[in-house]
Amino acid sequence: MSNVREAVNLDYSKYGFAMPEEAVTRLDKGLNRHVVEEISRIKNEPQWMTDFRLKSYEAFVKRSLPMWGADLTAIDFNNITYYIRPTEKTTKDWEELPPTIKATFDRLGVPEAERKFLAGVGAQYESEVVYHNMRKELEEQGVLFSDMDTALREYPDIVKKYFGTVVPYNDNKFASLNSAVWSGGSFIYVPRGVKVEQPLHAYFRINAANMGQFERTLIIADEGADVHYVEGCTAPVYSTDSLHAAVVELIAMKNAHIRYTTIQNWSKDVYNLVTKRAFAYENARVEWIDGNIGSKVTMKYPSVYLKGKGARAEVLSIALAGAGQHIDAGSKILHLAPETSSRIISKSISKDGGRATYRGQLLVAKGARQVKSSVKCDALILDEKSRSDTYPYNMVNEDDTVLTHEATVGKIGEEQLFYLMSRGLTEEEALNAVVMGFLEPFTKSLPLIYAVELNRLIGLEMTGAVG
Amino acid sequence: MFFFSKLSKLEIINVGVKVGDKRVVQDVSLTVSQGEIHAIMGPNGSGKSSLAKAIMGHPSYKIVQGNVLLDGESILQLSPTERARKGLFLGFQYPVEVSGVTVLNFLRASYSAMKQGGKEDVKVQVPLVPFKKMLSEKLQLLGWNEGYSSRYLNEGFSGGEKKKSELLQLAVLQPKIAILDEIDSGLDIDAVRLVAETLNKLSGPNLGLLMITHYKRILQFVRPHRIHVMVDGRVVLSGGPELADELEEKGYSWIEEAEEQE
Repeated sequence: MSNVREAVNLDYSKYGFAMPEEAVTRLDKGLNRHVVEEISRIKNEPQWMTDFRLKSYEAFVKRSLPMWGADLTAIDFNNITYYIRPTEKTTKDWEELPPTIKATFDRLGVPEAERKFLAGVGAQYESEVVYHNMRKELEEQGVLFSDMDTALREYPDIVKKYFGTVVPYNDNKFASLNSAVWSGGSFIYVPRGVKVEQPLHAYFRINAANMGQFERTLIIADEGADVHYVEGCTAPVYSTDSLHAAVVELIAMKNAHIRYTTIQNWSKDVYNLVTKRAFAYENARVEWIDGNIGSKVTMKYPSVYLKGKGARAEVLSIALAGAGQHIDAGSKILHLAPETSSRIISKSISKDGGRATYRGQLLVAKGARQVKSSVKCDALILDEKSRSDTYPYNMVNEDDTVLTHEATVGKIGEEQLFYLMSRGLTEEEALNAVVMGFLEPFTKSLPLIYAVELNRLIGLEMTGAVG
Repeated sequence: MFFFSKLSKLEIINVGVKVGDKRVVQDVSLTVSQGEIHAIMGPNGSGKSSLAKAIMGHPSYKIVQGNVLLDGESILQLSPTERARKGLFLGFQYPVEVSGVTVLNFLRASYSAMKQGGKEDVKVQVPLVPFKKMLSEKLQLLGWNEGYSSRYLNEGFSGGEKKKSELLQLAVLQPKIAILDEIDSGLDIDAVRLVAETLNKLSGPNLGLLMITHYKRILQFVRPHRIHVMVDGRVVLSGGPELADELEEKGYSWIEEAEEQE
């Protein structure tokens, strides 16, 4: 299992990329066939991946922008750098970061060493012990865990077998874009019957900063396997380019369980357009836990295709849309087999003119008997300028489906604030208490450290302390 | 030393209250000191609750006339937060539900806020262990089990539980002066008796109580020192506890008629 060891090696400069020294480190802005080929060449990829990238590029060019959801017309695809050698990012100076981002790190209490890393300016992260222990445990269990580029080199067969099977290269414009130019992301394979006890997250916190804007993640839980993966972090992710288009593919085999937790806090100029999809086979269970705090625009609908009898899907998401933000998020569940069940809980907060949209699609296919599904959308609107919408689309083709849909829209009223203030809380504390209470079903599903950070972050967002 | 400690005092002086353009309270004056129990009685719509909210600083209930002093200082310019931290408490007729916030966490935050005094920018957090110990003593006092403190604040509470929740907060926060707005409304007679028993346990030399009630029945169990009757936004009559019996006998119409004859 030396591969795993290599993958979690903390020497950042050696991390994960097969790159000859003389290789160019940064491609010109804009996208064309040549750029795609160059990316593949620099990474020394097998021919099938080069071909995959090229056909994805063609699909991207042909596809128009989605005609629904958020306004994406301002994205200038020619003004984006599609490949940057990761080491280059580390040369940025801490002092050059925008003051708002630095201040947020301070307020979040992120340790000095870690914050530099998260901001993409540090080179080392001093937490070897944690990783050493995790590494050893994973090795013993036969778990494959590496970044995607390494996986393509080290486990070519398994990657080739599953890559692009859950989210096809031509699924949507941004999935095509990702398929053409992807870099970084994570690869996890959990063997049959193996249960990974600890959430795989600390590792990723390091990875988050250098994975770039087009990461590609593939997680396979073999029969009876169990894994919880956490991506992203509460610290703001500063990026020089304003487009983030990731693809995440999950495969949960028979009786397997995957929980995938995301907290994104992209800086407020980023278009965050992510395709996340899972296949769940017989009696498998997939959970998406999805928190969206940052970005200018987010469009993200974690989906689960329930392909085997008795499979279950759960999606729990929150969105906080502040000034200038439009978070268009939701979920898509396809019940393709009998006795499958799904549960969606979506909570959104809009404030200072922000807009939060819930968009959900639910399909019960012909032949999928005895399906159960519940959808609950709660929106909290903090002021008159802000907006919340709910768009549920349900297509049910079997008459014994049990489907419940519940939606609430609330406003924080004068009465609620007055009540809490009359108990000695300041107006800010009162507002915070109401908001955190509203989000409680989400935060309690997070690993403790993340819950604490998220509470702190939302506290900052609420008081306007974050720029 | 305790000879020299001054009693806290809430002085309501010629107060008039407006909600929007509507005048709902006029020329109300009364003083409640620590250790005293006062009751304001009156028919629905007489301005009792408006007076209570205005004193606590509700933004929609504006005091447009007179003054309110706590320990000799005007509180009119203070936020509800600051009024609370100076030792004023309002028990709500309709306590608000706050989902996702446990009674324990809420009360700890609130109790901590009281400890840090009038200043809003000072942050103190009382340690959890001693606070939990204190909270469980208060819960015992109210005959409530521990499980209650992990419920979300007022969410899904029955009418009686909501009133009890207000009393628990009163017990924990230990204000100098508490205004209780219809702590007895919507309860059956057994529940009223229970509320009254709790109030009797909580009252004492350190607490001044101003109870607002529509009905006399709670006053059978909690005997006030003074009763004030409000009609049409004004206090039309003040007297000793015997006034409650007179009202019970003759009803509010007796006073209203007397008013008209004047």
